This record gives sequence, C-alpha cells and structure tokens, in this order.
Amino acid sequence: MRKVAMVGAGMTKFVRRALETPKELSYEAAKTTLDSCGLSLDDVDCVAHGTAPDAFDGIHQNGEYMACGSGGWNKPTMRVFVGGATGVHAIAHGWYHVASGLFDTCLVVCEEKMSSAMPHAQGFFLTIFDSITERPLQPNLLWIFALEMNRYMERYGYTKEDMALAAVNNKRNGLKHPASQFTDEVTVDDVVNSEMMAYPVSRLDVSPVSDGAAAVLLAAEPVARRLTDKPVWIEGVGWTLDTAYWATRDLSYPRYLDKAARMAYDMAGIREPHKQIDIAEPYDPFDYKALHHLEGLQLSPRGKTVELLRDGHFAMDGNMPMCPSGGLLGVGNPIAAAGTMKACELFWQLRGEAGERQVPGNPRLGVAQAWGDLMQVSSVVVAGI
Amino acid sequence: MSKKVAIVGIGYSGFRTTSTDVSYREMIYEAATKCYEDAGGIHPQSIDSFVASSEDFMEGISIADEYVPDQLGAVLKPVQSIAGDSLQGLASALMQIKTGQFDVVAASAFSKISNLSSYENVLSYATDPAYIRPFQENPYFIAGLEMNRYLYETGTSREQCAKVVIKNRYNALKNPTAIYGAKIDMDDILNAPPLCKPLGEFDKSGHLDGAIVLLLASEDKARELTDHPIWITGLGWATDTPNLDSRTDTLGSARYAELAAQKAYSMAGINTPYNEIDFAEIDDTFSYKELQHIEALKLCGPGEAGELLDLGSFAPAGDLPVNVSGGSLGVGYLHEANGLHRVLETVLQLRGEAGPRQLPGVETGLAFAWRGVPTTTGTAIILSNKS
Amino acid sequence: MKEKVQVSGGTGLSAKDVSSGKIFVTDDSLDCAYAWDTGVAVNRYLAELKNGRIIATECRKCKRIMLPPRLFCELCYVPSNNWVYVQDTGVINTFSICHVHWDASRIGEGEKPHLPAVIEIDGASEGMGIMHLLNEVEPDQIKIGMKVKAVWKPEAERTGSINDIKYFKPIE
Repeated sequence: MRKVAMVGAGMTKFVRRALETPKELSYEAAKTTLDSCGLSLDDVDCVAHGTAPDAFDGIHQNGEYMACGSGGWNKPTMRVFVGGATGVHAIAHGWYHVASGLFDTCLVVCEEKMSSAMPHAQGFFLTIFDSITERPLQPNLLWIFALEMNRYMERYGYTKEDMALAAVNNKRNGLKHPASQFTDEVTVDDVVNSEMMAYPVSRLDVSPVSDGAAAVLLAAEPVARRLTDKPVWIEGVGWTLDTAYWATRDLSYPRYLDKAARMAYDMAGIREPHKQIDIAEPYDPFDYKALHHLEGLQLSPRGKTVELLRDGHFAMDGNMPMCPSGGLLGVGNPIAAAGTMKACELFWQLRGEAGERQVPGNPRLGVAQAWGDLMQVSSVVVAGI
Repeated sequence: MSKKVAIVGIGYSGFRTTSTDVSYREMIYEAATKCYEDAGGIHPQSIDSFVASSEDFMEGISIADEYVPDQLGAVLKPVQSIAGDSLQGLASALMQIKTGQFDVVAASAFSKISNLSSYENVLSYATDPAYIRPFQENPYFIAGLEMNRYLYETGTSREQCAKVVIKNRYNALKNPTAIYGAKIDMDDILNAPPLCKPLGEFDKSGHLDGAIVLLLASEDKARELTDHPIWITGLGWATDTPNLDSRTDTLGSARYAELAAQKAYSMAGINTPYNEIDFAEIDDTFSYKELQHIEALKLCGPGEAGELLDLGSFAPAGDLPVNVSGGSLGVGYLHEANGLHRVLETVLQLRGEAGPRQLPGVETGLAFAWRGVPTTTGTAIILSNKS
Repeated sequence: MKEKVQVSGGTGLSAKDVSSGKIFVTDDSLDCAYAWDTGVAVNRYLAELKNGRIIATECRKCKRIMLPPRLFCELCYVPSNNWVYVQDTGVINTFSICHVHWDASRIGEGEKPHLPAVIEIDGASEGMGIMHLLNEVEPDQIKIGMKVKAVWKPEAERTGSINDIKYFKPIE
C-alpha cells in the first residue's frame, strides 16, 4: 500500500462567534497549513473538504460554496460527510485520495460556523431526528446524549462527579492551547453545580458551540520525505456507521467505535492498542463521551475507565495522556473542525512541537477519533512518527 | 495505481414523478437488492464499504447520512456520505478500492424530489447569502446568463439548443424508464413560456424520483462476481469558482468539465477523445449544457457542437451518439443521483442490455455529470467492456 | 521545547460588536417545505397508532420483532412483512430530565421539564426501544427499569402520528 503522511497542519482560533465568513475561516486554516510546510496552492493536487450540517450556515450545497476558501478552485474538490465524525473522517477521505495513487498531495480542510444559526445552532438539530417517528416529539439534541450518558452511568454505577473529572482534565489541558477560547480552570464542583440542562447533562459537561477551521496537508511517501524530515504517517484509518434505529441499541457501549478502531488498528498492525498507543484524542463533545470512547478505542477496559482516570492514567504525565490538545471541552467545538484539530494535535505532539502542552517521553504513536450522527458513527485515525 | 476496478452490479428503482407508495429508504432497499442480485447475489455483509451521495436540504434532514446504512444492509460497516454528485461518490468508492484496503464497495444515491415542495427556494440557498440571495432571483437566472454567454461566444443558435431537446426526448421513447419521452417540434420549444431568457420552459429537464445502487470491485473480485465487468479506465472531477462574479471568463464555457475530462482522459490514456469514445451520456440538465459540455469534454472543437448536432453526429446512428437514453431531458432529472444515472445508462450499453436503444458494437463510453446551478462541479468517467 | 503550533484567524466577536452596528449581518429565514412519504412499513405503524395499537414487524429469519416496523430486516437483509401487535407497556431503558426546549430556549418558571426516555416495548425483541416522553411522574422518582404504559389521546383526536400516544406513565 502507498504510504501517506501528514506534512503540515494549521487552524484558526475556535471562538464563540467569528468575524470571518466560512470561506475566510477555511482560507485561514488552509493557508496556515500550506505555510507550515512551505507549499503554495499550486502544489496541492486535490482538496478533501468537511463541514457538518448545511442547516447551521443556512447554505445549501455548502461544500460548493466553500470550495474557493478551501483552496479548491479549479481542482478536484470533494466534500465528505459523516455528521460529527466528519473532522477525523476527512483525514481518511484525504488518505484514500493519496493512497489510491490518484494524487500525490491532498489538502484536508474542515470548517464549521455555527454562530450564523439563529437563535441557536441547537435548534437545527431537531432536523436530525427521524422526520416521522421522532421529530413530532420536538426533541432537543441534548436528549440523546443525556439518554446515552444516563445509560452509561447506570451500567457501571458512575456518578456525575466521575464524569466531571474528564471535563476538568480536558479543560485544564486546553488552557495551554493557543486556539482555545477558555482562560479559566474548572473544578469538579464547578461542573456538577453548573446549570442543569438535561439531566444528567449540566452545562459544563458540554463543549461550547464554536466557529473555526482546521486543516492538514497529506502527501505520498516520496513527496512527504522531500518536504520534511519528520513526516507523521497515517498508519491506519477506520470508520463505521451503526443502524439509524438508535433507540434499539445498547447505549452503554459504542460498538460502532469498537469496529472502527479495530479496522484502523488492523491496518496499522496494532495488536495491543492500550500498550502501543502513546497519546489519545478521543472525541469529547461531552465529558462522559471521552471516557465512553476510550473504552470503544480499546484503550481502557469497560467499566474501569473512571478508576484509571482517578489514578492519573490519562493525565498529561500518565501512561495514556487523554486529549493533550484540550479537546472539544478545552478548545471548543466547531463540529467538523474540532475533529481535524485532533489530527493536528497528533501532528504537533508526535513531532515534539506542541510547546508547553507537549506530552513528555517522545510519543511515537497516537490515535484521534470523532463521533456523530444519532450516536452511531465513529472515525479513527492512527498516526505515527 | 495499476489496480483495476470494475462495475459489477447495477440496480435501480422508482423513475417516476412521484413515489408515494414507498419511503426513500424502501425505494433504496429495492435498488440495492437488485444491485446485489445482479452482482452474483452478493450479501451486503460481504461488501467492504458503502458510499452514499446526498445533500441535507434536498431531503429535509440534517446529517442525512444517519439514515444510509439500514436499507443498504450496511449496519456496522464503513459507510460515508459525499455531499456531492453521486459520480463523485463513485470516485470515492473507486479510490477506496485502489488503495488495496477494500475489494468491494457500493455507491448509492436517490432522489425524492417529489417530497420537497419548495425546490427553487432550496436552490437559491445554494447561492451566496450576502451577494446573491438579497436579489431574490430564481436561481435559474444563472442558467440564463450562461446560455446567453455560450451562444454569444460560440455562435451556436437558440434553435440548435432546441434540437437537443427534440433529440433527447425522442430518444427517450425507446427507454422504458423514461417518463418525458415525446415527439416535439421546434415550434413547441421556441414558443414555450420563457424561464430566464434565452432559457425556456422546455430547455429544462423535469424532476424524477428514483434510487440507483452500483457495486464496484477490484479485478479479482470482479471476475468472481460477474461475467460482464465494466471497467473504469478513467475518472476525474473538478470545481470552478463558486463566486458568480468571478466566472466572467468561464460563464460561456464549462471549465470544470474540461478539467475533469483532462484527468479522466489522462488516466485512461485517451489522446483523441472523439475517435476513441464510442458514445457518451452527458449532463443535459439544460439543453445548452449538452452542447457546452460536449465542447468542454473535447469531443469536438470549440463552437462546433451545434453544427455537428445539425449533421446528426450525436444521434443514435451518428458518429458519436450522445444521450441515447434520452438524458435528463428525456428520462428526468435525479438530482444527486444524476451522475449514477449517466453511469447506469453507459453500463447498460456496454453490457449490450439497452434493449431497443442498444448501440451496436460499442466498447468505450463516457459519462459526465454536472451538479446543476449554481455549482461549477463536474465529474467525468470512462467505462469500457474490454479488459 | 519549541512550539510550532500554527494558529491564525478566528477573530472573536462580542454581542456588543454586533449590536453597536460595527458588524453587518445579512438576515434570512429559510422557507423549506417537505411532505415525506412514510412508506409501506411506517404508514401501517401510524395507521395502527391511530387505532390505539402498536404494531411491529418480525423478521422470518432472525425472528427479531422490530420497532419501529420495517419492510426489511436490516441485518438479515430480507423482507420482514410478518406483522405482529405488541403491548403498549414497556420498561424505561434510559431517561433524561430536560430543562431546555428543542430550540435551546430554557423552560419557564413553573413549567415542567421535558421527560424523554427510551422505552423497551413489551412484546418486541429485547432491547427494541422507541423514544417517547414520560409524564404523571415526579422527575426525581423516575428510575431506569421502571415499568410504564402508554397514555393515548382520545380516539377522536388521533391523527396517525407518534403523538397519538400522549406519553408513557409508570405502572405497578
């Protein structure tokens, strides 16, 4: 198989409401990425693009609209879409552009501008539910996460304090990320006592809707070696979609991620992920999700994750640092861009370029993951140096 | 790169103006079942990956990819959606197989346009929210601008565009899936109510509901699954600018088609498309688009398409039959499924299964899809029944 | 350790930037109308809800009794046109106590929170749940595993909708 590497990465700040338009955000992330590896748009063979629901922007065929911002003018440009899992899936989408032999370089750009949706982006999530059997109940997006979180906690006897530990961990890491929109540390009490939105979900259990963009440049092996002495190889990719009948599934375990992770590990030749992986960026739009996903990623035994978290296993200096970037809870959650931000983090961490939040011990293998839809899809990228 | 990929299964359902008896999921189930049966009765659990193509606003569902897996038999499989034309989705499936990590990949798309009662509003939401939408124009005006510029630049006549409509709707009479087949006169078209002049009501293809599922496989798998693999020898796609006011030098031509074809021809090793391609299924969402695309695809010189049409070159008995199926003008327009529709008709011809519209002795076909106004994205694919 | 993190753009705006007129916005509200075909399986499901009954389909191969009913079993990939009535009782698989409306606005003073739940319906295969609402119960009394029963709208008010069941309430 043709080897593919990340050779450049860049992103915008993740902010509550950005001055920039979606195109301008895409441009900033794409241009910064090109600059990071000394390339110009002429060196880009194709563009792989990702953004989540068109309803946020109120723009139909949003991928077409954004094409010029992502550098896709007069180029093969293709937008891929798996809901919240788009940001990491777009890396896999870019990977097969290059691994297929059709292209030598691919610019992956993911963007989300959620602040355009009025009065609140959450309202547009009503339209993700089954239009006939669920939408008439007027569901809020939080419902399904609250339902999943409750089931997960019930299964293992976890408390809200247990879940809050993940938020505290990630938000603390995020304070060191230059793109983060946060400035203050939070405590378990802060999280547990924050406004109750949809029991068991409190406001600080949730990452904030944000505007932002992130990008990486992928290159085939010979090109990658020419461009940098530290290419970050895409060792494996995986993605899986479960049934749309979400209420018929065991919500306490993300089996869609189990399969996606195994697909990526198989490709990467990884047999013991919990021993071989050095850093993990599980998708964390909600604090419980980070833990839920560590289990699906086979990085933590089911039901033992809180114990390991309390023991410091997932801390920056632990055996398996979780979300060194700060994740969505610590940096912000512009949906598709947030997943790509996690891939950017692997790029910087594995090259030893993450500055004050650098994970110690020269990490060599990392995994990034995103998740979405009706709690049914996961995408996974394993990267190594 | 050398890994060969073939289309090994085709299935479709619907192809009606309304389809109230089935949900879109049931319609896709029918198409997928036919496709898998066509590919030697493969069970979807043996398919490695699935690619759907869709746009949220067309379905009235946000994150519409949620509802893809079940009807394809793809639960807990790699499944993704391309927010693009289904021929781009097919390109994605092709690339996955060419990595060597996947052997069999399904591509699907559907149209339930009959369920969307404000189509032209949705179309207008694809234009720039700050520059274009405040004009509150019906987005077909972009087609009017393009057509006018195309006629001006090439000297093609209004009547020649009308002849595309006459040809394709007449061809459709031999296609049992076509619902817009008709024998119409030049006068009918020229006297039809104007839409956005010079574009008239008859120059636009009509809506169609339908679902299409195609199965792609690597060479070894293809020979295992079918006796008549249709090989994908070339494929390319490209996007011109989305900014309407930046298109001044490409409004009259279709640069996206030219760029997409360049890539497809180079992959297929085609140097003189007009000589090497036996027939073509080319986007004819609007009448002038067929001529403009023929030129951009280098199937003739600039400005020559209208004249060659007059000479009958693009008729079923001509040198280069174009849209023998009836095209979108004759069969109907399937929106995101448009690209797979063009491929479906090309595969039927190459398999010799096109019934009364079968062309004799064809070996190499070209299919080309455009995403419609206001986009500038096109995808070209070269298919062959010779290995 | 050198930092090479590349961040550029993403200029944050405050509410004041917008209200003061420093930032221009273009307003639009979308006008999209859809009429979704319910299809064979869901159409019958709705028709039976109107009759005050819940109907499921059984897969002849894997024997799962599935809700909502479907024309085909998505796992066996065969038609599943064996219709069976199930109970209008079930067990709470999971629930939430939701203080925000669908559009993220907060519920008002004195207004009751929404009580969504996944309810595993009796008579369907194990784990076959549907999403619906709870009522006639104090939020802090709701427990996973609780038995519940559908409270139907009066027959004359039913329209063939999931809302023909007003909500589920606990039973002993």
